This record gives sequence, C-alpha cells and structure tokens, in this order.
Amino acid sequence: MAHVENNPMSEEDILIKEQGYDDHFHDHHHGDKYQSNFITTYIFSQDHKIIARQFLITGIFWAIIGGLMSLIFRLQLGFPEENMAWLRPVLGRWITLNDAGVGSIAPEFYYAMVTMHGTIIVFFVLTAGLSGTFSNLLIPLQVGARDMASPFLNMLSYWFFFLAGVVMFISLFLSTGPFSGGWTAYPPLSALPQASTGSGAGMTLWLVSLVLFVVSVLLGGINYVTTVLNLRTKGMTMWRMPLTIWAFFVTAILGILSFPVLASGFFLLVFDRGLGTSFFLNEIFIGGQALDHVGGSPILYQHMFWFLGHPEVYIIILPAMGIVSEVLSVHARKPIFGYKAMVYSILAIAFLSFIVWAHHMFMSGVNPFISNFFVVFTLIIAVPSAVKVFNWIATLYGGNIRFTSASLFGIGFVSMFISGGLTGIFLGNSALDIQLHDTYFVVAHFHIVMGIAAFFGMFAGVYNWFPKMFGRFMNETLGRIHFWGTVVGAYAIFWPMHYLGMAGVPRRYYKFDVFESFGQFSQMNKFITVAAIFVFALQILFVINFFYSIWKGKKMTTKNPWGASTLEWTTPIHTGHGNWEGNIPSVHRWPYDYGKDGKEFISQIQPLAEGEKDAGDH
Amino acid sequence: MNTMAVDQENKRNKIHPQKFAVWLACGSITMMFTALVSSYIVRQASGNWLEFRLPGIFLLSTITILASSAALHGSYIAYGRGKEGLYKSLLLLALLLGFGFVISQYEGWLALQSIGVPLKTNPSGDFVYAISGLHAAHVLGGIVALTIASIRAFSLPFKVTARRKLRQELTLTYWHFVDLLWVYLFFFLTLYS
Ligand code: HEM
Ligand SMILES: [Cu+2]
Repeated sequence: MAHVENNPMSEEDILIKEQGYDDHFHDHHHGDKYQSNFITTYIFSQDHKIIARQFLITGIFWAIIGGLMSLIFRLQLGFPEENMAWLRPVLGRWITLNDAGVGSIAPEFYYAMVTMHGTIIVFFVLTAGLSGTFSNLLIPLQVGARDMASPFLNMLSYWFFFLAGVVMFISLFLSTGPFSGGWTAYPPLSALPQASTGSGAGMTLWLVSLVLFVVSVLLGGINYVTTVLNLRTKGMTMWRMPLTIWAFFVTAILGILSFPVLASGFFLLVFDRGLGTSFFLNEIFIGGQALDHVGGSPILYQHMFWFLGHPEVYIIILPAMGIVSEVLSVHARKPIFGYKAMVYSILAIAFLSFIVWAHHMFMSGVNPFISNFFVVFTLIIAVPSAVKVFNWIATLYGGNIRFTSASLFGIGFVSMFISGGLTGIFLGNSALDIQLHDTYFVVAHFHIVMGIAAFFGMFAGVYNWFPKMFGRFMNETLGRIHFWGTVVGAYAIFWPMHYLGMAGVPRRYYKFDVFESFGQFSQMNKFITVAAIFVFALQILFVINFFYSIWKGKKMTTKNPWGASTLEWTTPIHTGHGNWEGNIPSVHRWPYDYGKDGKEFISQIQPLAEGEKDAGDH
Repeated sequence: MNTMAVDQENKRNKIHPQKFAVWLACGSITMMFTALVSSYIVRQASGNWLEFRLPGIFLLSTITILASSAALHGSYIAYGRGKEGLYKSLLLLALLLGFGFVISQYEGWLALQSIGVPLKTNPSGDFVYAISGLHAAHVLGGIVALTIASIRAFSLPFKVTARRKLRQELTLTYWHFVDLLWVYLFFFLTLYS
C-alpha cells in the first residue's frame, strides 16, 4: 500500500479499504438498474435510505393531521359554550348552527375526531413514522449492509402504508364521516353498520386501511429481522450491535407475532359485519328493535385486540428507547451504562408484553381471579423498565454532556417515561383501576408514557440523524426552543389530567354539563386546551425547521459530526446506493467506546490494539 | 489481500435470507391461526355451543393436500436429480391436487349446510367456516405460486441452477406449511367439536 501517502484518503477510508470486505457490489451497475430516473430514485425507490425518508415525511404529514384533530376536540372540551361558527368554512356541516346562529361541533364529529386522532397517531405516526423511518435508515447502515435483505419487499412495505393512508384519508370526507367508535374499534359499534353514523362506510374504510397497514408492518418486519440476522458485516456479532438495532430487531419480532392476531380479530369482525354471524355480538337492541345476533361475545374481540394492543404500545416505545440509548451515549461522550442489561431488559419487556394484555380489560367483566395474574405480570414489567431508566441516568451521570437538540429530547424522553411509567403502576392494580379505568387518568398515563415519550424519541432521532439523511444540520436554536416549549407544554397538558381522572371524569365524553361535580374543572379544561394549542404551534416550528433545513440548513462538512463510533458515520456524506463506495467495513469492537484510553471515541471499524480487550466482551 | 478467504469468513448466514423470510412469514401466519383457535376454545367454554360432527369430506381434503405436498416434494427431488419429465409431471400433479383441495373444501362447506349447520346457525359452525375459509385463502396464495412455477417449468429451457432450486424450495416450504397447518386444523376441529 505504498500509494497511501499521496492519497487524500482519511484514516477511516484506509481502514475500510484494508480491513473491509469486498462483496463485489460495485462490479455490476446496480445504480443504473435501481436509480436510473427520477421515479425509481425518489418515488418507487428500493433504496432503504430513500424509503426511510418517505416514511418520515408521510409520518410528519399524518402527525399534522392527527394533531389538528386533537385541537378540534380540545376546543370542544375547553370551550363547550363558545361559538364555533368560524370553523364552518373548514368543517362545513360538522359545525351545527342553532337558531341564534351560534355554532357548535357536532357530537358525532367529536367522536370521529377522537377516534381518528388515536388511530392515526398510534399506527401511522408512532408505528410507521417512527420504526418505519429509523429501522429503514439505520438497520443496513449500522449493521454494515448494502441494503435490506429484500429491497423490493421494503418498497412494497412503504406503498402499502401509503395506500392505507389514502384509504383512511378518503374516509375523512365521507358524508357520514369516518369511524367514530374509538381507536380500539370495539364491537358492537364496529360490528353493526347501523350502530352509529361512523359505523357504516367509515368503519369499512377503517378496516380496509388497517388491513393494508398490517400488510405493511409484516413486510417491513420480516425484512428487518432477516436483515439483522443475516446481513451483518464481518465482525458484527450480536453483542456488538448498537442498542438501536437491538430495539428495532425486537420491535419487528413483536410486530410479526402480534399484528396477525389483530388481523384475525378483524377477519371475524368482517364476518359479523358482512355475513351476519355473531362472533362478537349478543342480544342487541337498536332503536327498540332486537337484532337476531345471539351467542357472541364482545369480550372476545377485546382479547384479540389487546393481544396486539399491548405489544403494540411496546412496538411504539422500543424503537424510541433504542434511539435514546444511542443518542444519550453519544452526546454524554460515555459508554452506555449496562449494555447487556439494556439488551436483556428489551427482551424481558418484549416477552412480558405478551402476557399482560388483560390489564386493559379489568373492568370488562373478566374473571377477577384471572385478573390477578395479569396484575402480577403487569407490575413485573415495571422491573425491566426501571432497569432501563436507571441505566440512562447512569449513562448521563458524570458525562460530558453536549446539550444539543437531540440529547435534550433524549433526556426529555427519560423524564416522560418515568412520569408515565409510575402512573402505569397505579393502573396495573385491578382494585385501583375500578376508580381510574376510562377516566382522564388513563389518558394522562398513556399520553405521557407513550405519546409524548415516543415523539421525543423520534425528535431525538431526527435531530441526530438529520445530517445523515439530508447532508445538512437542522437549526439548533429553533431545536432548543422546540424542546423547552414542548416539554413544558406537554406537562401542562397532561399533568392536570391526572387530577381530572382521580376525580372520576370519564374520557371520551362530549360534554360534562349534566355532571354538576365536574363543573369545577372547566377552568382546568380551558387551561389544557390553551396549552395544547401552544404545543401544536411549536410542532409547526419544528416542521418549518425540518423542511427549511433540507434545502437551506448548515452543510455537513465532515463525515462524523457527532464523533460517534457506529458504522453509519463511516459512509460518505452523500451516501449513495450501496452505502459504502468501496469495501464494506469490518467491525472489531462494540459500539460504545467513548472516552476510552484517552481517546474521545473509537470507531467500531478500528482494530483492537495489541492486548486490548473488546469492552463489550464481558 | 486474499478476497476469497474473506468471502468465506463473511458467510455467517447458514440459511439463505429469502428462506429465512419465508419461515418468518409462516410464523406470522401461525399466529393468525393460533388467535382463531384460541378464540374458538374460549368461546366454546362459555356455553351455547352447537355440537356436530365435521362432515367426512374434510378428511378427503386432508388426504388430497397431503398427496399434493408429497407430489411437490417429489418434483423438487426430481429437479435436483435432473429428471425433467418426472419433475414437470409431479409439479403439475401437485398443482391439480391443490385445486382439488380447494374444491373439496367447498364441498365440505356445502356438506355442512346440508347437515343443518349453515352460516349464522351458531358460532361453533361459523368458526369452522371462518377458519377453513382463511386457510383456503392461504392455499390459494400457494396455488398462485405453483401456477407461476409450472408456467416457468414449461416455458423456460430445462436447466438445473442454484437460483431456480432456491425458488422451488421457497414454494415447497410454503406449500408444506399450509399443508401441515390444515392437518393441524383438521384434527383440532374434529377433536374439539
Ligand atoms: C410501567 C409499566 C406500565 C404499566 C404497569 C401500565 C399499565 C397500564 C394499565 C393497567 C392500563 C389500563 C388502564 C385502564 O384502561 O383502566 C394502561 C393503559 C395504557 N397504557 Fe400503560 N402501563 C405501563 C407502561 C406503558 C407504556 C410503556 C406504554 C406505551 C409505550 C403504555 C401505553 C398504554 C396505553 C396506550 C394505554 C391505554 C389504551 C386505551 O385504553 O386507549 N403503558 N397501562
Ligand atoms: Cu397495556
């Protein structure tokens, strides 16, 4: 290698060249086959990095829609007496006018908005937008692969998601409105087209959309698992994988195992809706008329739904946990504390998440004896969760923390996860749940622990990997304003809800004017609504920052701006198809060598020094 | 550097990624049916359950699909040994038996009606329709794969290549899977009625 001296290659490039592995990728012209024109490059792309951006931008679109919906129902809750006629130009006849010309939000529309908000945020934003984006971006880059195991299925996964979105979007414009029976779609509202306005065409489209979505999740998940298990580069053992990869990997397995169960539930629901069977229906009267559906059990649906539903909440949070672990370690300039404990707790959470689902059904009439088992398993889940929290804090402790937008959101995630996890322990007790079930306490719990926390994980990821995605940085000042405003605002929205819930205020009610005792909360409800508007406005700031930075952000001038040790930062600034220009790098150490041997960080591609032991190996 | 040596070292994957993906898909489908079978058991335990014997025609279906699986396996082996004629005829046989299975299932549903268990009688019967219907849908997926395989077998010049062998193995895995799945469902529905 005599020519090295007069070659401008960096030390890393030389390492990749010398130690790396030549898979003859560049011998054939893949680039021409896959990326020959605008359509194959940016639309029907099979490149995982483009697909990641497609997932992210589609997710942002849905987050704006879902967020706007929440403002509509918050207006109703905060200002039920106010004149809403000014919304008529946008919402049309969903704003009803009384004789005096005072407009109010139609109750059916209120329910439709609550339902759509939940469905959209849970599935389209926090499942597809979060794990779709980052699994796609990071799995091949961080395990050292050219692309996913099947780039074609990967592309299909995005387009099934896209189609699911199109169908759901169309349902918003039906004259009878979209589905309005809650994001969990319990029968009978979901099973009988005549049960409510949204139960007809709205529910049909909801089902079609979600079936397409399940297909998308399965295609994506199968690909992610296969890629992680089969396409890791030389030296990348399982115990050298970054925690992001562990999280995406386990998330994908959860999806593969739980989404089909939801599909089965939907399948029986379709029978009940379309063919008149009675799997989930029993002795129902509509408008004084007895229906001939007998012998079914709506509880059966709840079991099938929550068997997915609970793993689903971890499908949402695990990727965020992985991202936060990585971001905190990089920006604290310290190895992650308890790497193996982190992996084992991911596995424990994943396993336990399959045997706690009935904690959503304590009040549905399940046998109290059986409830006991679910109480115990539910409370046990707090243990691995606490291990993770402890490790994040220990990672930060004594670190040389760089308070970037990314790491701030990572820290915010930890705060939210603690606050929301604690209320989970209250809810996990079936006796306390008698008071708390279906109140604002539950709303507060899951928005903090899942909604806000997962959004924070996503923001941490976007700020951190934006340079990898677009070759530019997002604006840091705007990022910090975004963080501080959001963290304060989010607590302002959800903290008071705990009090509402403890006082017994039920969730999903349109109005409380007939409950005298809840009248005292009208000021609190106003406050929450104002805070929600404030937080939404800040997210618009983020969106502006995001799109502005894609074209006008500060340019990335070095390959590894954060000084991170993982493989994605060894690729060229403008990463082309196939990720590495020459050889694929080989890996010699675990991903968290920060502050070791007097060096700020040591890349995974650096061979071990003479006598040095891999820090991951114990 | 000797690239061949690295090449070998990097071959950590003992199983081809696409084969692995098919296995994962089978696992996913298994979960779908596990869900249905569990709801069957739960629903049955809560009473108001009409008992009836599964019509005999479903046994015929079971034999048909087993035979189809065997034929496809034979075709795969024949291909590996370069026996073109045997390979093609067994492939066609497997496809025909696949169609036979779906038709036989349809006859089974008709037989259910004639013994007085049409749809909407009782969840016990509805479950049989739902479970066998969803299974038949998965068999149809396999039939599409077999049809494509047959078209390729008869239109492309015969040649034994690793790539084609892999394709056949993927189809074979899936076909065996839906076969075994049905055998399980058949015994379950027979014993748990
Ligand atoms: C410390 C661990 C946790 C415990 C013990 C726990 C417990 C519970 C319980 C018992 C309920 C049902 C309350 C009711 O409906 O009456 C519940 C609801 C919920 N939890 Fe948790 N939880 C925990 C963590 C999480 C996490 C990490 C997430 C998401 C990432 C999450 C998301 C949800 C959601 C979405 C709901 C409400 C669903 C609905 O009814 O619409 N929880 N939780
Ligand atoms: Cu749960």
